[in-house]
Amino acid sequence: MLITITVNGKNVTVPENVGLTYLNELGFFGDVVIYNGFPASENVELKNDDTLCFIKKGVKPLEDELEHYMVSRHTPFVYEKLKNSLVAVAGLGGLGSNIAVMLARLGVGKLFLVDFDVVEPSNLNRQSYYISDLGKFKTDAIKSQIENINPYIDVCVQNVKVDENNVCELFFEYDIVCEAFDNAESKAMLVNTLLTETDKTVVCGSGMAGFFDANDIKTVKKFDRLYVCGDEINEAKSGSGLMSPRVSVCAGHQANVILQLLLES
Amino acid sequence: MLVNSVEMKLEETCNIKQFLESKNYNPLFVAVELNGEIVSKNKFEETNINDEDTLEIVSFVGGG
Repeated sequence: MLITITVNGKNVTVPENVGLTYLNELGFFGDVVIYNGFPASENVELKNDDTLCFIKKGVKPLEDELEHYMVSRHTPFVYEKLKNSLVAVAGLGGLGSNIAVMLARLGVGKLFLVDFDVVEPSNLNRQSYYISDLGKFKTDAIKSQIENINPYIDVCVQNVKVDENNVCELFFEYDIVCEAFDNAESKAMLVNTLLTETDKTVVCGSGMAGFFDANDIKTVKKFDRLYVCGDEINEAKSGSGLMSPRVSVCAGHQANVILQLLLES
Repeated sequence: MLVNSVEMKLEETCNIKQFLESKNYNPLFVAVELNGEIVSKNKFEETNINDEDTLEIVSFVGGG
């Protein structure tokens, strides 16, 4: 009996009851061997549908193998599912820039990223930008960053201020909209408009300022199509700033609930 | 009535805007679900609530 496995993104047929080292005989070698999403430490017996990547450190991979290497630490079949999904992110500040990068690392196939502003120095304490981005539109800066992280993502951007008159049309194509604005009124506007006028699901951030306990930041399903991440209390204000750790924790909550929604759908 | 899963007594019928203001919510910063249905912000004044209702109020704070 023969079984079929995936090695470096290609189907390979091997006999039953052979171990991982059998693949060395077929010419596959690596400094790191990822077996079903986890580095292999022993000569495990191969099973049908196993996924393996043999990665050589310091060697530039072939174009058609790079994508498979990049996601070899994903749980098997997650990347394949995400490749056909789309997500919109409204606002590219501390939450949105970090969320966009996380969704790109996950391999969400199409991202729509919206912001009207340019990168300025006070953004760099928490937002995913560089000194070299100063003065650039956040949309352009994040798009070029994502091209350097995962070039297999289709990134669409728009430089526009989101308001109740354009919000439904802007996000028309996207079932999941991630709210990542700075301002409480804008957050409420986006949620109210999208939940009353469309059937989209909205994932919000609310309450991540200061250096309070990171464990106070939670994901809560508030309504049927509304998730809120944050501590819901600590607003950004004079005397309580926004800093990378709690903002990133909140961004991680938002990206993770989006991942769950995409995998459940 | 139930407000954010907490039981309370509504003394007299009022609209959503009045209720929010009486509980120190800013109507501009919230999303409200009345008996499982989201209520459009421009209907806060015309939507009355009574003591049998279930209200979920999400109040957003700034920062991102």
